[in-house]
Amino acid sequence: MTTTRRDFLKTSAVASGVSVLGMYLPGLGGEEAHAAGSVHTPNAWVHIADDNTVTLISHMSEMGQGVNTSLPMLIAEELGVDITKVKVATAGANPAYVNGLLGAQITGGSTSIRDAWEKLRIGGAQVRTMLVQAAANKWGVDASTLTAENGVVSGGGKSATYGELAAAAASVPVPKDVKLKDPSQFKVVGKPIQRLDTPSKVNGTAQFGIDAKVAGMVYASIEQTPVIGGKPKSFDATKAKSMPGVIDVVQIGDGVAVVADSYWHAFKARKTLKVEWDNGQHAGLSTASMWAGIKDAEKTIKPIKIRPDVGNAQNAINGAAKVLKANYTTQLIAHQPLEPMNFIADVKGDRCELTGPTQFPQGAQGTAAAVLGIKPENVTVTTTFLGGGFGRRIELDFIAQAVQVSKAVGRPVKVLWTREDDMKHDYYRPQGLQRMEAGLDASGKPVGVKFQMTSQSITQRAFGLPKNTLDPFMVEAAVAPYDVPNTSHDLIIHDAGLRVGYLRAVSHTMNCFANECFMDELANAANQDPVEYRLSLLKDARYSNVLKLAAEKAGWGKKLPKGRALGVALMEGYGTYMAQVAEVSVTGGNVKVHKVTVACDAGRMVNPEIVRQQLESGIVYGLSGALYGEITLKDGQIQQNNFNDFRVIRQNESPVIDIVLVESNEKPGGVGEPSTSLIGAAVGNAIFTATGKRVRDFPLASHLKKA
Amino acid sequence: MAISFNLNGSTVTVQAEPDTPLLWVIRDEVGLTGTKFGCGAALCGACTVHLNGSPIRSCQTPVSAVAGKKVATVESLSADNSHPLQKAWVKHQVPQCGYCQSGQLMSATALLAKNKNPSDSDIDAAMTGNLCRCGTYNRIRAAIKDAAAEMRKA
Repeated sequence: MTTTRRDFLKTSAVASGVSVLGMYLPGLGGEEAHAAGSVHTPNAWVHIADDNTVTLISHMSEMGQGVNTSLPMLIAEELGVDITKVKVATAGANPAYVNGLLGAQITGGSTSIRDAWEKLRIGGAQVRTMLVQAAANKWGVDASTLTAENGVVSGGGKSATYGELAAAAASVPVPKDVKLKDPSQFKVVGKPIQRLDTPSKVNGTAQFGIDAKVAGMVYASIEQTPVIGGKPKSFDATKAKSMPGVIDVVQIGDGVAVVADSYWHAFKARKTLKVEWDNGQHAGLSTASMWAGIKDAEKTIKPIKIRPDVGNAQNAINGAAKVLKANYTTQLIAHQPLEPMNFIADVKGDRCELTGPTQFPQGAQGTAAAVLGIKPENVTVTTTFLGGGFGRRIELDFIAQAVQVSKAVGRPVKVLWTREDDMKHDYYRPQGLQRMEAGLDASGKPVGVKFQMTSQSITQRAFGLPKNTLDPFMVEAAVAPYDVPNTSHDLIIHDAGLRVGYLRAVSHTMNCFANECFMDELANAANQDPVEYRLSLLKDARYSNVLKLAAEKAGWGKKLPKGRALGVALMEGYGTYMAQVAEVSVTGGNVKVHKVTVACDAGRMVNPEIVRQQLESGIVYGLSGALYGEITLKDGQIQQNNFNDFRVIRQNESPVIDIVLVESNEKPGGVGEPSTSLIGAAVGNAIFTATGKRVRDFPLASHLKKA
Repeated sequence: MAISFNLNGSTVTVQAEPDTPLLWVIRDEVGLTGTKFGCGAALCGACTVHLNGSPIRSCQTPVSAVAGKKVATVESLSADNSHPLQKAWVKHQVPQCGYCQSGQLMSATALLAKNKNPSDSDIDAAMTGNLCRCGTYNRIRAAIKDAAAEMRKA
């Protein structure tokens, strides 16, 4: 792939000025810090108060992935403060906090550590240098004679706390070049430090969006269009308006909002609304019609090359001793973080204050500005903890709703969705169809492989990617790591009609499923062991290393308990190399995943315990989608409602997860998403070993029953 | 109407229609927000509290049903995280986003109140109603066993 996502988003989303992205610099806001005394802000990452309270700024949203610990660790390493004693605050919307890998202030794409790795260590080192210089100026000595550690600058028999020096340090010029520690000197980075947010998450004090309050706030529950893209034609709120606590009923773009003095009052009155809808252009959409459209697109839309062809795959396949063809499909799924969508908007004239859980503060700001026709700098964003994100909270729909309702009623309003609202108004992971074809020579070695994916572009909708342009978020892990002399990789982009969104690991999951299951099919056709077969085709040692480690730890090739079978998958994603081995049994057509063994080379790790958490999390999340996840449509409406008909993994189904972390000096890779993508392929391959049935469609559980 | 019940050891009197779910009374009227709204249908367990010591889904329990009874929320465990389950949750680094954990902790507390040495299947039975989208299940299991061992020693 020649276009990296970094280049892509830099040039397309931001530089071309997508209007929703409000870019401005209101000065480095000190409002995030809540410390006693004056707060001094030497740079965007550190606030030091006179009372020595040090607040480190996380420029990413804490949605469970541990950034409120791992990012401050990077700053603390160079700043020289005790990580267990700092406060952490989430940044407001500000260009200083733009994610350099995505070109916008977005938490996503497993980029937090990769973006922060140098940036935050430099930020910490700058402030340490400024504090030392301030002390040197005060004491009339050379800065090189002083040391800074544990919040104290000392030397020549004198010492001063960072708090004592902060006011003077804030006026020292920010140094351009700072020397960073050699990794061998790290005291914080690389240590399994306990997360700083854990205490508040076990005693009920952690503040999520749903918990946030602002003075005078009222609540809104919105009856939303039953068909996404529709709008209200007319409504009767006579009954709703007579109900306890109801303040007003207002129509917004995509629904009718009941505003009341409590959430329950708003929700209860909402249930009495009579709304007539204009269902819009998607009223006829069904799962079957969407699939028919995808198959039609294969014939009518010219494919885009994912990368230039290598050799001539078709000729190689034509001349091969054995030819294999297989189609893989993935279905629509919903994100379903446990905290329902919510946001608080307080519109006051030409100003707006936003509070809530978002992965995209800059987008929240731009959305409010666009809805109100005001300047982005008149919009502030306070990001709370997110009760899960998974890509759902990159979207801005619920924020636009809160702004519209607050404007209509002239008060601060908290919009809160129900689970059903969330299920039926998501931005779903798109359907995907991969047509795979390969030719093997007489020895079983692949001589040609063809890969063709047809799916929908999220980036066209979300960031205005021009049509017929390669969307890098559709072709992640599309090119497998195996050494094959002739390959072609094609992409067909087709809008199936339903709005789609980035869901944890995005297209990695779809492409890894197709590539890694098909690789097992090739190994099987070649009568070779799937691990040995892969190893014989790998050139890059980081791949072979994780594959060997996972296979060995999982007991590959050894005797298993009766009825158990193993399946393997291998992938690089987000700069992280990973292999997974799933151990499954199939009884009466039901799959049980007993254990997943993971070997992960994520380069240098900032906090290995958080890496473990993320690998575990990704596997469970990915397993829900691979085994059970399926959103279907009829008459343009989503048919699923809640966790009764959108099944996810629960405690009794959670597999044992055995993790091997590779110690590495390579640059850090992302860990929030990759483990999500391999589990479906590993389980699919294990199901084949257990049953002889090759299931090529997600969700695996229901398709196994049909197989 | 005015309804009184015991919440975390103190009597509270709230003004609410009798059909108001206990969840919203605790969160919006009393102002204790540790108890979460997840599904509104007793499918996810985020709203789990204790009613006279037994775990219930507060989103499905009308406040009228708790009049004169004892309700306990996550805030009753301890503010300083000294409860054995809170300690185990910290030791095993259970929470990620943390949204489900109040409900997980209340289901786990109820389990250990009647079963001092839960087996894996006991844990499955008690905890399967509590969803975690971050997939912290294995750490929850380990933390429950650890806390149970700690409590048996005490």
